[in-house]
Amino acid sequence: MNRRPIFLITCLCFGFAFFYIPILSMIVFSFNRSRLATVWGGFSTQWYGKLFENDQIINAALLSLKIALISATFATILGTLAGLALARFKKFRGRTLFSGLVTAPLIMPEVITGISMLLLFIMMAEWIGWPGSRGFTTITIAHITFSMTYVATIVQARLSSMDTSVEEAAMDLGSRPWQVLIDVTLPIISPAILSGWLLAFTISLDDVVITNFVTGPGSTTLPILIWSKVRLGVTPDINALATLMIVVVGVGVAIAGVVMHRADARRERDIQMAIAANK
Amino acid sequence: MPSWFNTWFNRDGWSKSIIAIPYFWLVFFFLIPFAIVVVMSFAERTATSPPVGFLPDFPYVTFENYGRLVGDWVYIRAYSTSIINAFMATILCLIVGYPMALGITRVNKSWRNILLMLVILPFWTSFLLRVYAWIGLMGSNSWFNKLLTAIVNSVLPADMAFRNIPMMNSNFAVVLVLVYSYLPFMILPLYANLEKLDTTLNEAAMDLGSRPWQVFKDVTLPLSIPGIIAGGLLVFIPASGELVIPSLVGNASDPMIGRVINDEFLTARHWPMASAVAVALLLLLVVPLMAYNHFEAKAQAGGKP
Repeated sequence: MNRRPIFLITCLCFGFAFFYIPILSMIVFSFNRSRLATVWGGFSTQWYGKLFENDQIINAALLSLKIALISATFATILGTLAGLALARFKKFRGRTLFSGLVTAPLIMPEVITGISMLLLFIMMAEWIGWPGSRGFTTITIAHITFSMTYVATIVQARLSSMDTSVEEAAMDLGSRPWQVLIDVTLPIISPAILSGWLLAFTISLDDVVITNFVTGPGSTTLPILIWSKVRLGVTPDINALATLMIVVVGVGVAIAGVVMHRADARRERDIQMAIAANK
Repeated sequence: MPSWFNTWFNRDGWSKSIIAIPYFWLVFFFLIPFAIVVVMSFAERTATSPPVGFLPDFPYVTFENYGRLVGDWVYIRAYSTSIINAFMATILCLIVGYPMALGITRVNKSWRNILLMLVILPFWTSFLLRVYAWIGLMGSNSWFNKLLTAIVNSVLPADMAFRNIPMMNSNFAVVLVLVYSYLPFMILPLYANLEKLDTTLNEAAMDLGSRPWQVFKDVTLPLSIPGIIAGGLLVFIPASGELVIPSLVGNASDPMIGRVINDEFLTARHWPMASAVAVALLLLLVVPLMAYNHFEAKAQAGGKP
């Protein structure tokens, strides 16, 4: 198409302004001297200093990171197994229910997931005496449950677009099916597993609704802390916290994106060269 | 490892465990909890701890909660507020997101990747903080509100001028922040759909004398309907059950259903009622839309030669 789509480009500019102006405004006002979070009163970095002196925020951030690391890892293991089951085993008893269970948490309103998990933990405490108190363990279990389905979806999509001839070749060469899985399939889908882990990690780090239901006294994650602060009004230290989180996540995602893009490009090139060499 | 384990594992144990481990996890931590909610919706509130009890004699269950659901104006209003807000947000996401998605398909490859990255990036930053950013912008003292007030006042006659625009704690604020939060969910499926369209069709229509907007109306738009439906569902379903946005920027006297469930459960501690509202939300909204999507996808797949 040789016409310049001026209308569409204008829409893109306005759209991205809509996306980024609130975030930029938050970043700018994190350097505000004034206590009023949205009225400019001169440049200052005092809120960042206050942030690092605030033990409550640091402890909440550490708890969130711990939960995110553990839950993302378990979610990746369970989610990869679920993705494999759905993509590689076309017939087994209860497959319809299983695939429903993998999609349901993705579309279930978070309030309902939160309430149902809380009720499970309360019932279990009544009947078997565990969990005695809610907190770290219950939050981690809840996060594993809903983020594993995201991992499963990513892994399943990758597996169904994968070239199975490599697996067949390994089978022909005498590998047992589970060896093929470990030596051939898993390495090929490893970028998808990695992005699944990253997604599970950020989902866990970000979750407020479900965590709010299954948490207990003393276990305040960062989103829960922000939630309780924001409900009381806008405060400048949250702007500073938001800026730090955006910078960390932004840089992390950008690096992960570049690394994965390069790895993909290299793999593609290797495959092309291998095919060319064998012709 | 004992030898029977090796034999079992090598025969079909490995595949059975791949299926069984995630299966049991999801049954135990997702299906059973949900079943508890369904059962609880037929119970009544008691003064015990936990505050739930079933009727002492047959039939043990009560439909009172569901009766209140259709009889009490509060719930009907909350459902309609949710549907209206979610629907408005979906339409606005479509209006804003469609030209953006189409625009991304019309730039060169390296720009495409950068723009897609820019669409996804806000999604990776904290959801709560993006809502928070709007609380700052919408407040009556913020630069954004002052700018908007100045623009509005410049067209209004002087005696009708606003001092500021009351945006916070209204359904307007809820819809605005819903659009902001869910826009990537509209753009990405639309982009995936539009990107696959064959541009030679556009050229053919142009060659046959169509004007650009006619090409759009007669070629691009009809072909992108699956993308519109996919994006629409991805925005509408989570938006209708949203809790965080209505709690932070919404009007407490005209709440959305997610907030009603939350308050019923945590504040009023009426667990059976909260369960009934939740079950009804799923039955009324989520299940029909998913079923529609499922059959639509099947029809699409079946229609292909």
